[in-house]
Amino acid sequence: MNELLAVFRRELGGYFATPLAFIFIVIFLFTMGAFTFYLGGYYESGQADLTIFFNFHPWLYLFLLPAISMRLWAEERRTGSIELLLSLPIPLWAAVLGKFLAAWVFSGIALALTFPMWLTVNYLGNPDNGVILAGYLGSFFMAGGYLAIGSCLSAVTRNQVIAFVVSVAVCFLFTVSGLPMVIDFFSGWAPQQVLSTIASFSFLTHFNAITRGVIDLRDVIYFVTLIGAWLIACGIVVDMKKAG
Amino acid sequence: MIVIDGLTKQFGPFTAVDRIGFSVRRGEVLGFLGPNGAGKSTTMKMITGFLAPSAGSVRVCGHDVVASTLAAQRVIGYLPEGAPAYGDMTPRGFLTFIARVRRLSAAEAGKAIDRAVEATELASVLDQPIDTLSKGFRRRVGLAQSILHNPPVLIMDEPTDGLDPNQKFEVRKLIGRMAAEKAIVISTHILEEVDAICTRALIIDHGQIVADGTPAALMSRSRYHNAVSLTLGGQTTVATAEKLRNLPGIASIEVAPRGEETTFTLFPVRASESDTLLVDAVARLARDENWPVRALYGEPGRLDEVFRSLTRSDTKADEKDAA
Repeated sequence: MNELLAVFRRELGGYFATPLAFIFIVIFLFTMGAFTFYLGGYYESGQADLTIFFNFHPWLYLFLLPAISMRLWAEERRTGSIELLLSLPIPLWAAVLGKFLAAWVFSGIALALTFPMWLTVNYLGNPDNGVILAGYLGSFFMAGGYLAIGSCLSAVTRNQVIAFVVSVAVCFLFTVSGLPMVIDFFSGWAPQQVLSTIASFSFLTHFNAITRGVIDLRDVIYFVTLIGAWLIACGIVVDMKKAG
Repeated sequence: MIVIDGLTKQFGPFTAVDRIGFSVRRGEVLGFLGPNGAGKSTTMKMITGFLAPSAGSVRVCGHDVVASTLAAQRVIGYLPEGAPAYGDMTPRGFLTFIARVRRLSAAEAGKAIDRAVEATELASVLDQPIDTLSKGFRRRVGLAQSILHNPPVLIMDEPTDGLDPNQKFEVRKLIGRMAAEKAIVISTHILEEVDAICTRALIIDHGQIVADGTPAALMSRSRYHNAVSLTLGGQTTVATAEKLRNLPGIASIEVAPRGEETTFTLFPVRASESDTLLVDAVARLARDENWPVRALYGEPGRLDEVFRSLTRSDTKADEKDAA
Protein backbone atom coordinates (compact mmCIF):
# COMPACT_ATOMS: atom_id res chain seq x y z
CA MET A 1 0.00 0.00 0.00
CA ASN A 2 2.91 2.31 0.85
CA GLU A 3 4.41 1.62 -2.52
CA LEU A 4 1.11 2.25 -4.30
CA LEU A 5 0.85 5.58 -2.54
CA ALA A 6 4.45 6.49 -3.36
CA VAL A 7 3.94 5.74 -7.05
CA PHE A 8 0.63 7.59 -7.04
CA ARG A 9 2.11 10.69 -5.42
CA ARG A 10 5.10 10.71 -7.73
CA GLU A 11 2.94 10.40 -10.83
CA LEU A 12 0.42 12.99 -9.78
CA GLY A 13 3.23 15.34 -8.79
CA GLY A 14 4.78 14.65 -12.19
CA TYR A 15 1.80 16.20 -13.95
CA PHE A 16 2.21 19.41 -12.03
CA ALA A 17 6.02 19.50 -12.25
CA THR A 18 5.73 20.40 -15.92
CA PRO A 19 3.37 22.80 -17.72
CA LEU A 20 1.42 19.73 -18.87
CA ALA A 21 -1.13 19.92 -16.07
CA PHE A 22 -1.89 23.58 -16.56
CA ILE A 23 -2.07 23.42 -20.34
CA PHE A 24 -4.29 20.39 -20.16
CA ILE A 25 -6.67 21.86 -17.62
CA VAL A 26 -6.92 25.20 -19.42
CA ILE A 27 -7.64 23.57 -22.77
CA PHE A 28 -10.02 21.09 -21.19
CA LEU A 29 -12.05 23.81 -19.52
CA PHE A 30 -11.95 26.07 -22.55
CA THR A 31 -13.15 23.41 -24.98
CA MET A 32 -15.79 22.21 -22.55
CA GLY A 33 -17.16 25.70 -22.30
CA ALA A 34 -16.88 26.46 -26.00
CA PHE A 35 -18.58 23.23 -26.99
CA THR A 36 -21.37 23.61 -24.52
CA PHE A 37 -22.18 27.24 -25.18
CA TYR A 38 -21.50 27.58 -28.90
CA LEU A 39 -21.67 24.18 -30.57
CA GLY A 40 -24.29 22.89 -28.18
CA GLY A 41 -26.38 26.03 -28.19
CA TYR A 42 -26.74 25.95 -24.45
CA TYR A 43 -28.62 29.23 -24.07
CA GLU A 44 -30.90 28.51 -26.99
CA SER A 45 -31.96 25.21 -25.49
CA GLY A 46 -33.65 27.11 -22.72
CA GLN A 47 -33.13 24.28 -20.26
CA ALA A 48 -31.41 24.68 -16.95
CA ASP A 49 -29.60 21.35 -16.89
CA LEU A 50 -26.23 20.03 -17.98
CA THR A 51 -27.32 17.45 -20.55
CA ILE A 52 -25.66 19.32 -23.40
CA PHE A 53 -22.50 19.74 -21.37
CA PHE A 54 -22.28 16.05 -20.54
CA ASN A 55 -23.07 15.02 -24.11
CA PHE A 56 -19.74 16.45 -25.21
CA HIS A 57 -17.68 14.62 -22.59
CA PRO A 58 -17.13 11.34 -24.46
CA TRP A 59 -15.91 13.17 -27.55
CA LEU A 60 -13.60 15.45 -25.68
CA TYR A 61 -12.24 12.62 -23.56
CA LEU A 62 -11.61 10.64 -26.70
CA PHE A 63 -8.82 13.01 -27.69
CA LEU A 64 -7.70 14.56 -24.43
CA LEU A 65 -7.39 11.55 -22.15
CA PRO A 66 -5.10 9.48 -24.41
CA ALA A 67 -2.82 12.53 -24.22
CA ILE A 68 -2.65 11.96 -20.47
CA SER A 69 -2.27 8.21 -20.59
CA MET A 70 0.18 7.97 -23.47
CA ARG A 71 3.16 8.80 -21.30
CA LEU A 72 2.33 6.48 -18.41
CA TRP A 73 4.45 3.55 -19.58
CA ALA A 74 5.84 4.57 -22.96
CA GLU A 75 7.98 7.22 -21.34
CA GLU A 76 9.25 4.84 -18.67
CA ARG A 77 10.33 2.44 -21.36
CA ARG A 78 11.93 5.12 -23.50
CA THR A 79 14.02 6.61 -20.71
CA GLY A 80 14.81 3.25 -19.14
CA SER A 81 13.36 4.29 -15.79
CA ILE A 82 11.10 1.26 -16.00
CA GLU A 83 14.11 -0.82 -15.02
CA LEU A 84 14.52 1.28 -11.93
CA LEU A 85 10.82 1.24 -11.10
CA LEU A 86 10.46 -2.51 -11.45
CA SER A 87 13.65 -3.36 -9.59
CA LEU A 88 12.49 -1.32 -6.63
CA PRO A 89 10.48 -3.35 -4.13
CA ILE A 90 7.18 -2.36 -5.71
CA PRO A 91 4.65 -5.06 -6.60
CA LEU A 92 3.68 -4.83 -10.26
CA TRP A 93 0.01 -4.29 -9.45
CA ALA A 94 0.91 -1.34 -7.23
CA ALA A 95 2.91 0.27 -10.04
CA VAL A 96 0.11 -0.26 -12.57
CA LEU A 97 -2.63 0.88 -10.23
CA GLY A 98 -0.65 3.79 -8.82
CA LYS A 99 0.01 5.20 -12.24
CA PHE A 100 -3.56 4.71 -13.36
CA LEU A 101 -5.01 6.27 -10.22
CA ALA A 102 -2.76 9.30 -10.60
CA ALA A 103 -4.01 9.83 -14.16
CA TRP A 104 -7.58 9.24 -13.05
CA VAL A 105 -7.42 11.64 -10.14
CA PHE A 106 -5.79 14.20 -12.42
CA SER A 107 -8.66 13.91 -14.88
CA GLY A 108 -10.98 14.13 -11.89
CA ILE A 109 -9.38 17.41 -10.87
CA ALA A 110 -9.89 18.77 -14.38
CA LEU A 111 -13.50 17.60 -14.30
CA ALA A 112 -14.11 19.14 -10.87
CA LEU A 113 -12.84 22.46 -12.16
CA THR A 114 -15.85 22.64 -14.47
CA PHE A 115 -17.90 23.52 -11.37
CA PRO A 116 -18.70 27.00 -12.74
CA MET A 117 -21.02 25.20 -15.16
CA TRP A 118 -22.89 23.83 -12.21
CA LEU A 119 -23.01 27.25 -10.56
CA THR A 120 -24.30 28.71 -13.83
CA VAL A 121 -27.23 26.34 -14.17
CA ASN A 122 -28.12 26.81 -10.55
CA TYR A 123 -28.08 30.55 -11.07
CA LEU A 124 -30.20 30.29 -14.21
CA GLY A 125 -32.81 27.93 -12.94
CA ASN A 126 -33.59 25.04 -10.64
CA PRO A 127 -31.87 21.99 -12.06
CA ASP A 128 -32.06 18.55 -10.49
CA ASN A 129 -28.72 18.52 -8.73
CA GLY A 130 -29.00 14.78 -8.19
CA VAL A 131 -29.00 14.25 -11.93
CA ILE A 132 -26.02 16.57 -12.30
CA LEU A 133 -24.10 14.69 -9.60
CA ALA A 134 -24.88 11.44 -11.39
CA GLY A 135 -23.61 13.00 -14.61
CA TYR A 136 -20.35 13.97 -12.97
CA LEU A 137 -19.94 10.49 -11.50
CA GLY A 138 -20.69 8.89 -14.85
CA SER A 139 -18.24 11.18 -16.55
CA PHE A 140 -15.58 10.34 -13.98
CA PHE A 141 -16.11 6.59 -14.46
CA MET A 142 -15.98 7.01 -18.21
CA ALA A 143 -12.71 8.92 -17.91
CA GLY A 144 -11.37 5.97 -15.93
CA GLY A 145 -12.32 3.66 -18.77
CA TYR A 146 -10.51 5.76 -21.36
CA LEU A 147 -7.45 6.04 -19.14
CA ALA A 148 -7.33 2.30 -18.42
CA ILE A 149 -7.38 1.59 -22.16
CA GLY A 150 -4.73 4.25 -22.76
CA SER A 151 -2.59 2.97 -19.93
CA CYS A 152 -2.51 -0.53 -21.37
CA LEU A 153 -1.74 0.66 -24.88
CA SER A 154 0.96 2.94 -23.54
CA ALA A 155 2.71 -0.15 -22.20
CA VAL A 156 2.76 -1.72 -25.65
CA THR A 157 5.12 0.81 -27.19
CA ARG A 158 7.95 3.11 -26.20
CA ASN A 159 6.73 5.70 -28.69
CA GLN A 160 4.26 8.11 -27.14
CA VAL A 161 2.80 9.19 -30.47
CA ILE A 162 1.95 5.60 -31.37
CA ALA A 163 0.50 5.13 -27.90
CA PHE A 164 -1.67 8.20 -28.44
CA VAL A 165 -2.93 7.31 -31.91
CA VAL A 166 -3.69 3.69 -31.05
CA SER A 167 -5.41 4.73 -27.84
CA VAL A 168 -7.63 7.20 -29.67
CA ALA A 169 -8.55 4.52 -32.20
CA VAL A 170 -9.39 1.89 -29.58
CA CYS A 171 -11.23 4.41 -27.41
CA PHE A 172 -13.18 5.47 -30.46
CA LEU A 173 -14.33 1.91 -31.05
CA PHE A 174 -15.41 1.62 -27.44
CA THR A 175 -17.24 4.92 -27.64
CA VAL A 176 -19.20 4.33 -30.81
CA SER A 177 -19.87 0.61 -30.59
CA GLY A 178 -23.49 1.34 -29.70
CA LEU A 179 -24.07 3.83 -32.50
CA PRO A 180 -25.82 2.95 -35.78
CA MET A 181 -22.58 3.24 -37.80
CA VAL A 182 -21.18 0.21 -35.99
CA ILE A 183 -24.40 -1.66 -35.38
CA ASP A 184 -25.50 -1.32 -39.02
CA PHE A 185 -22.30 -2.97 -40.08
CA PHE A 186 -23.22 -6.07 -38.12
CA SER A 187 -27.01 -5.96 -38.25
CA GLY A 188 -27.30 -7.55 -41.70
CA TRP A 189 -25.78 -10.86 -40.72
CA ALA A 190 -24.96 -11.08 -37.02
CA PRO A 191 -27.51 -12.50 -34.62
CA GLN A 192 -29.31 -10.19 -32.26
CA GLN A 193 -27.34 -11.40 -29.27
CA VAL A 194 -24.05 -10.41 -30.86
CA LEU A 195 -25.53 -7.03 -31.70
CA SER A 196 -26.60 -6.33 -28.18
CA THR A 197 -23.25 -7.54 -26.86
CA ILE A 198 -21.42 -5.14 -29.13
CA ALA A 199 -23.77 -2.35 -28.22
CA SER A 200 -23.34 -3.08 -24.54
CA PHE A 201 -19.60 -2.41 -24.86
CA SER A 202 -20.31 1.18 -25.74
CA PHE A 203 -19.25 3.88 -23.33
CA LEU A 204 -22.08 6.01 -24.67
CA THR A 205 -24.80 3.52 -23.78
CA HIS A 206 -23.67 3.30 -20.18
CA PHE A 207 -22.71 6.92 -19.82
CA ASN A 208 -26.05 8.15 -21.17
CA ALA A 209 -27.84 5.82 -18.80
CA ILE A 210 -26.02 7.35 -15.85
CA THR A 211 -26.47 10.96 -16.99
CA ARG A 212 -30.22 10.46 -16.99
CA GLY A 213 -29.82 10.38 -13.25
CA VAL A 214 -30.20 6.66 -12.74
CA ILE A 215 -27.07 5.10 -11.36
CA ASP A 216 -27.75 1.53 -12.32
CA LEU A 217 -25.46 -1.01 -10.69
CA ARG A 218 -24.95 -2.62 -14.11
CA ASP A 219 -23.47 0.56 -15.54
CA VAL A 220 -21.14 0.93 -12.59
CA ILE A 221 -20.12 -2.72 -12.86
CA TYR A 222 -19.51 -2.21 -16.56
CA PHE A 223 -17.02 0.60 -16.01
CA VAL A 224 -15.34 -1.04 -13.02
CA THR A 225 -14.95 -4.32 -14.93
CA LEU A 226 -13.68 -2.54 -17.99
CA ILE A 227 -11.09 -0.60 -15.97
CA GLY A 228 -10.05 -3.73 -14.12
CA ALA A 229 -9.71 -5.80 -17.27
CA TRP A 230 -7.61 -3.21 -19.09
CA LEU A 231 -5.39 -2.72 -16.05
CA ILE A 232 -4.80 -6.46 -15.74
CA ALA A 233 -3.95 -6.48 -19.44
CA CYS A 234 -1.65 -3.54 -18.78
CA GLY A 235 0.16 -5.47 -16.04
CA ILE A 236 0.60 -8.45 -18.33
CA VAL A 237 1.94 -6.29 -21.14
CA VAL A 238 4.37 -4.48 -18.82
CA ASP A 239 5.63 -7.80 -17.50
CA MET A 240 5.98 -9.32 -20.96
CA LYS A 241 7.68 -6.33 -22.50
CA LYS A 242 10.33 -5.85 -19.83
CA ALA A 243 12.98 -7.59 -21.83
CA GLY A 244 12.44 -5.59 -25.02
CA MET B 1 25.32 -12.75 0.36
CA ILE B 2 24.67 -13.32 -3.31
CA VAL B 3 24.50 -16.92 -4.43
CA ILE B 4 23.89 -17.61 -8.09
CA ASP B 5 23.49 -21.05 -9.50
CA GLY B 6 22.99 -22.21 -13.08
CA LEU B 7 21.54 -18.86 -14.06
CA THR B 8 20.31 -18.82 -17.64
CA LYS B 9 18.41 -16.31 -19.72
CA GLN B 10 17.11 -16.95 -23.18
CA PHE B 11 15.52 -14.42 -25.47
CA GLY B 12 13.85 -16.61 -28.05
CA PRO B 13 16.56 -18.77 -29.61
CA PHE B 14 19.33 -16.49 -28.30
CA THR B 15 21.00 -17.45 -25.03
CA ALA B 16 22.16 -14.25 -23.39
CA VAL B 17 23.31 -15.82 -20.14
CA ASP B 18 24.33 -19.45 -20.11
CA ARG B 19 24.41 -21.37 -16.80
CA ILE B 20 26.34 -18.85 -14.79
CA GLY B 21 27.16 -19.63 -11.18
CA PHE B 22 29.10 -17.63 -8.62
CA SER B 23 28.71 -16.13 -5.19
CA VAL B 24 29.71 -12.87 -3.58
CA ARG B 25 30.50 -12.47 0.11
CA ARG B 26 30.32 -9.44 2.33
CA GLY B 27 33.42 -7.31 1.87
CA GLU B 28 33.92 -8.37 -1.70
CA VAL B 29 33.83 -6.00 -4.64
CA LEU B 30 33.22 -8.12 -7.68
CA GLY B 31 34.15 -6.61 -11.01
CA PHE B 32 31.97 -7.99 -13.73
CA LEU B 33 33.79 -7.76 -17.03
CA GLY B 34 32.97 -8.67 -20.55
CA PRO B 35 32.57 -7.23 -24.01
CA ASN B 36 29.33 -5.47 -24.93
CA GLY B 37 26.55 -8.00 -25.28
CA ALA B 38 28.34 -10.62 -23.19
CA GLY B 39 25.44 -10.82 -20.74
CA LYS B 40 26.63 -8.53 -17.94
CA SER B 41 23.55 -6.33 -17.81
CA THR B 42 21.19 -9.25 -18.31
CA THR B 43 22.75 -11.03 -15.34
CA MET B 44 22.40 -7.92 -13.21
CA LYS B 45 18.79 -7.50 -14.28
CA MET B 46 18.11 -11.03 -13.11
CA ILE B 47 19.88 -10.52 -9.78
CA THR B 48 17.74 -7.47 -9.11
CA GLY B 49 14.49 -9.19 -10.05
CA PHE B 50 13.77 -7.06 -13.10
CA LEU B 51 14.04 -9.99 -15.48
CA ALA B 52 12.91 -13.49 -14.61
CA PRO B 53 15.58 -16.12 -15.29
CA SER B 54 14.84 -18.86 -17.82
CA ALA B 55 16.57 -21.32 -15.52
CA GLY B 56 18.72 -21.38 -12.40
CA SER B 57 18.42 -19.46 -9.19
CA VAL B 58 19.58 -16.28 -7.51
CA ARG B 59 19.57 -15.87 -3.74
CA VAL B 60 20.27 -12.52 -2.18
CA CYS B 61 20.73 -12.48 1.62
CA GLY B 62 18.85 -15.78 1.70
CA HIS B 63 15.87 -14.52 -0.34
CA ASP B 64 15.16 -16.29 -3.58
CA VAL B 65 14.76 -13.56 -6.17
CA VAL B 66 12.08 -15.43 -8.10
CA ALA B 67 10.02 -16.73 -5.18
CA SER B 68 10.28 -13.71 -2.90
CA THR B 69 11.17 -10.94 -5.29
CA LEU B 70 10.16 -8.04 -3.08
CA ALA B 71 12.10 -9.30 -0.05
CA ALA B 72 15.21 -9.62 -2.21
CA GLN B 73 14.68 -6.24 -3.81
CA ARG B 74 14.49 -4.61 -0.38
CA VAL B 75 18.05 -5.60 0.49
CA ILE B 76 19.47 -4.65 -2.91
CA GLY B 77 20.58 -1.24 -4.07
CA TYR B 78 20.65 -1.13 -7.85
CA LEU B 79 22.08 1.34 -10.29
CA PRO B 80 20.74 0.35 -13.72
CA GLU B 81 22.78 0.99 -16.83
CA GLY B 82 22.67 4.64 -17.79
CA ALA B 83 21.42 5.63 -14.33
CA PRO B 84 17.81 6.27 -15.36
CA ALA B 85 15.78 8.63 -13.21
CA TYR B 86 12.63 10.68 -13.54
CA GLY B 87 13.86 13.72 -15.42
CA ASP B 88 11.06 16.06 -14.43
CA MET B 89 11.80 15.59 -10.74
CA THR B 90 14.49 17.27 -8.70
CA PRO B 91 17.07 15.05 -6.98
CA ARG B 92 15.38 15.88 -3.69
CA GLY B 93 11.95 14.85 -4.96
CA PHE B 94 13.35 11.76 -6.60
CA LEU B 95 15.21 10.61 -3.49
CA THR B 96 12.11 11.29 -1.41
CA PHE B 97 10.14 9.05 -3.74
CA ILE B 98 12.75 6.30 -3.41
CA ALA B 99 12.71 6.68 0.37
CA ARG B 100 8.92 6.25 0.40
CA VAL B 101 9.10 3.18 -1.78
CA ARG B 102 11.83 1.83 0.50
CA ARG B 103 9.45 2.35 3.44
CA LEU B 104 11.68 4.72 5.33
CA SER B 105 9.87 6.84 7.90
CA ALA B 106 9.96 10.60 7.39
CA ALA B 107 12.75 11.02 9.94
CA GLU B 108 14.79 8.14 8.58
CA ALA B 109 14.25 9.39 5.04
CA GLY B 110 15.59 12.82 5.93
CA LYS B 111 18.73 11.33 7.44
CA ALA B 112 19.17 8.82 4.62
CA ILE B 113 18.82 11.52 1.97
CA ASP B 114 21.30 13.77 3.76
CA ARG B 115 23.78 10.91 3.99
CA ALA B 116 23.40 9.89 0.34
CA VAL B 117 23.58 13.48 -0.86
CA GLU B 118 26.74 14.04 1.13
CA ALA B 119 28.35 10.85 -0.13
CA THR B 120 27.61 11.70 -3.76
CA GLU B 121 28.12 15.49 -3.39
CA LEU B 122 24.75 16.42 -4.80
CA ALA B 123 23.95 19.29 -2.45
CA SER B 124 24.51 22.02 -5.04
CA VAL B 125 21.91 20.67 -7.49
CA LEU B 126 19.38 19.25 -5.06
CA ASP B 127 16.53 21.43 -6.32
CA GLN B 128 17.15 21.48 -10.06
CA PRO B 129 15.20 19.20 -12.37
CA ILE B 130 17.27 16.10 -13.12
CA ASP B 131 16.80 16.67 -16.85
CA THR B 132 18.82 19.87 -16.64
CA LEU B 133 21.78 18.26 -14.86
CA SER B 134 25.07 17.25 -16.44
CA LYS B 135 25.80 13.61 -17.10
CA GLY B 136 28.06 13.40 -14.08
CA PHE B 137 25.42 14.74 -11.73
CA ARG B 138 22.75 12.49 -13.20
CA ARG B 139 24.97 9.50 -12.62
CA ARG B 140 25.47 10.59 -9.03
CA VAL B 141 21.72 10.94 -8.55
CA GLY B 142 21.50 7.30 -9.61
CA LEU B 143 24.25 6.39 -7.16
CA ALA B 144 22.53 8.27 -4.35
CA GLN B 145 19.32 6.41 -5.13
CA SER B 146 21.05 3.04 -4.98
CA ILE B 147 22.73 3.60 -1.60
CA LEU B 148 19.83 5.49 0.00
CA HIS B 149 18.61 2.64 2.19
CA ASN B 150 22.14 1.52 3.04
CA PRO B 151 21.61 -1.88 1.39
CA PRO B 152 23.82 -4.85 2.28
CA VAL B 153 24.00 -5.73 -1.43
CA LEU B 154 24.88 -3.22 -4.09
CA ILE B 155 24.59 -3.90 -7.82
CA MET B 156 25.95 -1.24 -10.13
CA ASP B 157 25.87 -1.40 -13.90
CA GLU B 158 28.73 0.74 -15.16
CA PRO B 159 28.78 3.18 -12.25
CA THR B 160 31.55 5.38 -13.68
CA ASP B 161 30.51 5.36 -17.33
CA GLY B 162 30.51 8.87 -18.74
CA LEU B 163 32.20 10.48 -15.75
CA ASP B 164 35.31 12.59 -16.00
CA PRO B 165 38.51 11.32 -14.33
CA ASN B 166 37.91 13.33 -11.15
CA GLN B 167 34.36 12.04 -10.79
CA LYS B 168 35.53 8.50 -11.49
CA PHE B 169 38.05 8.85 -8.72
CA GLU B 170 35.35 10.08 -6.32
CA VAL B 171 32.97 7.27 -7.20
CA ARG B 172 35.70 4.68 -6.73
CA LYS B 173 36.56 6.20 -3.39
CA LEU B 174 32.89 6.00 -2.42
CA ILE B 175 32.66 2.35 -3.43
CA GLY B 176 35.90 1.65 -1.58
CA ARG B 177 34.51 3.23 1.59
CA MET B 178 31.38 1.08 1.48
CA ALA B 179 33.16 -2.11 0.48
CA ALA B 180 33.91 -3.51 3.93
CA GLU B 181 30.31 -3.91 5.02
CA LYS B 182 28.61 -4.76 1.75
CA ALA B 183 28.66 -7.23 -1.07
CA ILE B 184 29.17 -5.16 -4.20
CA VAL B 185 28.96 -6.15 -7.85
CA ILE B 186 29.99 -3.62 -10.47
CA SER B 187 30.08 -4.10 -14.18
CA THR B 188 32.55 -2.17 -16.22
CA HIS B 189 34.68 -2.36 -19.26
CA ILE B 190 37.21 0.04 -17.87
CA LEU B 191 39.94 -2.38 -16.90
CA GLU B 192 41.92 0.02 -14.74
CA GLU B 193 38.84 0.21 -12.56
CA VAL B 194 39.05 -3.47 -11.77
CA ASP B 195 42.57 -3.06 -10.55
CA ALA B 196 41.61 0.07 -8.61
CA ILE B 197 38.57 -1.14 -6.65
CA CYS B 198 37.75 -4.78 -7.19
CA THR B 199 38.83 -7.56 -4.89
CA ARG B 200 37.81 -10.07 -7.48
CA ALA B 201 37.15 -10.04 -11.19
CA LEU B 202 34.88 -12.19 -13.24
CA ILE B 203 35.08 -12.15 -17.01
CA ILE B 204 32.11 -13.35 -18.99
CA ASP B 205 31.82 -13.84 -22.69
CA HIS B 206 28.85 -15.05 -24.68
CA GLY B 207 26.96 -15.61 -21.48
CA GLN B 208 29.56 -17.83 -19.86
CA ILE B 209 32.19 -17.25 -17.21
CA VAL B 210 35.63 -17.47 -18.79
CA ALA B 211 37.72 -16.27 -15.84
CA ASP B 212 37.25 -15.76 -12.13
CA GLY B 213 39.94 -14.56 -9.74
CA THR B 214 41.65 -11.63 -8.09
CA PRO B 215 42.85 -8.93 -10.47
CA ALA B 216 46.43 -9.99 -9.68
CA ALA B 217 45.68 -13.62 -10.52
CA LEU B 218 44.11 -12.58 -13.79
CA MET B 219 47.08 -10.43 -14.64
CA SER B 220 49.41 -13.35 -14.00
CA ARG B 221 47.72 -15.05 -16.95
CA SER B 222 49.05 -12.32 -19.18
CA ARG B 223 52.08 -13.11 -21.25
CA TYR B 224 53.44 -9.81 -19.98
CA HIS B 225 53.36 -11.12 -16.43
CA ASN B 226 56.85 -10.69 -14.95
CA ALA B 227 58.22 -9.44 -18.24
CA VAL B 228 60.72 -6.61 -18.02
CA SER B 229 60.31 -3.42 -19.95
CA LEU B 230 63.39 -1.33 -20.75
CA THR B 231 63.28 1.99 -22.59
CA LEU B 232 66.52 3.42 -23.95
CA GLY B 233 67.11 6.86 -25.40
CA GLY B 234 69.26 7.68 -28.42
CA GLN B 235 70.25 5.29 -31.17
CA THR B 236 70.15 1.59 -30.50
CA THR B 237 71.61 -1.10 -32.66
CA VAL B 238 70.97 -4.71 -33.36
CA ALA B 239 73.85 -5.40 -31.00
CA THR B 240 71.88 -3.91 -28.10
CA ALA B 241 69.01 -6.30 -28.64
CA GLU B 242 71.49 -9.15 -29.03
CA LYS B 243 73.16 -8.39 -25.71
CA LEU B 244 69.78 -8.31 -23.97
CA ARG B 245 68.76 -11.57 -25.51
CA ASN B 246 71.92 -13.21 -24.29
CA LEU B 247 71.07 -12.47 -20.66
CA PRO B 248 70.30 -15.66 -18.71
CA GLY B 249 66.62 -16.55 -18.32
CA ILE B 250 65.35 -14.62 -21.33
CA ALA B 251 62.98 -16.53 -23.60
CA SER B 252 62.26 -13.86 -26.18
CA ILE B 253 62.46 -10.16 -26.75
CA GLU B 254 60.32 -7.56 -28.51
CA VAL B 255 61.63 -4.27 -29.83
CA ALA B 256 59.37 -1.26 -30.29
CA PRO B 257 61.06 1.95 -31.49
CA ARG B 258 59.13 5.13 -30.78
CA GLY B 259 60.63 8.44 -31.87
CA GLU B 260 63.96 8.98 -30.16
CA GLU B 261 63.39 6.07 -27.80
CA THR B 262 63.24 2.34 -28.11
CA THR B 263 61.37 0.02 -25.77
CA PHE B 264 62.54 -3.56 -25.31
CA THR B 265 60.20 -6.05 -23.70
CA LEU B 266 61.97 -9.06 -22.31
CA PHE B 267 59.98 -12.21 -21.64
CA PRO B 268 61.43 -14.56 -19.04
CA VAL B 269 61.69 -18.29 -19.57
CA ARG B 270 59.69 -19.01 -16.43
CA ALA B 271 56.97 -16.38 -16.12
CA SER B 272 55.90 -17.68 -12.73
CA GLU B 273 59.16 -16.65 -11.05
CA SER B 274 59.64 -13.26 -9.51
CA ASP B 275 61.01 -10.71 -11.91
CA THR B 276 63.40 -8.94 -9.52
CA LEU B 277 66.39 -11.03 -10.60
CA LEU B 278 65.73 -10.27 -14.24
CA VAL B 279 65.28 -6.55 -13.59
CA ASP B 280 68.56 -6.57 -11.63
CA ALA B 281 70.36 -8.33 -14.47
CA VAL B 282 69.05 -5.87 -17.03
CA ALA B 283 69.96 -2.91 -14.80
CA ARG B 284 73.51 -4.24 -14.37
CA LEU B 285 73.91 -4.75 -18.11
CA ALA B 286 72.63 -1.26 -18.88
CA ARG B 287 75.05 0.25 -16.35
CA ASP B 288 78.00 -1.74 -17.68
CA GLU B 289 77.20 -0.79 -21.25
CA ASN B 290 76.50 2.81 -20.25
CA TRP B 291 73.14 2.84 -22.05
CA PRO B 292 70.95 5.95 -21.64
CA VAL B 293 68.10 4.33 -19.65
CA ARG B 294 64.78 6.23 -19.72
CA ALA B 295 62.66 3.61 -17.97
CA LEU B 296 63.07 0.16 -16.51
CA TYR B 297 60.38 -1.84 -14.74
CA GLY B 298 58.94 -5.27 -14.20
CA GLU B 299 55.46 -5.75 -15.64
CA PRO B 300 52.73 -7.10 -13.35
CA GLY B 301 50.81 -8.22 -16.43
CA ARG B 302 48.31 -6.50 -18.63
CA LEU B 303 44.64 -6.96 -17.88
CA ASP B 304 43.51 -5.70 -21.27
CA GLU B 305 45.61 -8.34 -22.95
CA VAL B 306 44.14 -11.10 -20.76
CA PHE B 307 40.71 -9.68 -21.43
CA ARG B 308 41.23 -9.74 -25.17
CA SER B 309 42.69 -13.23 -25.22
CA LEU B 310 39.73 -14.56 -23.22
CA THR B 311 36.92 -12.79 -25.02
CA ARG B 312 37.83 -13.11 -28.65
CA SER B 313 34.90 -15.35 -29.37
CA ASP B 314 33.13 -12.48 -31.07
CA THR B 315 35.56 -12.62 -33.96
CA LYS B 316 35.40 -16.40 -34.05
CA ALA B 317 31.64 -16.24 -34.43
CA ASP B 318 32.04 -13.73 -37.23
CA GLU B 319 34.43 -16.02 -39.02
CA LYS B 320 31.99 -18.86 -38.66
CA ASP B 321 29.24 -16.71 -40.13
CA ALA B 322 31.45 -15.79 -43.05
CA ALA B 323 32.34 -19.40 -43.76
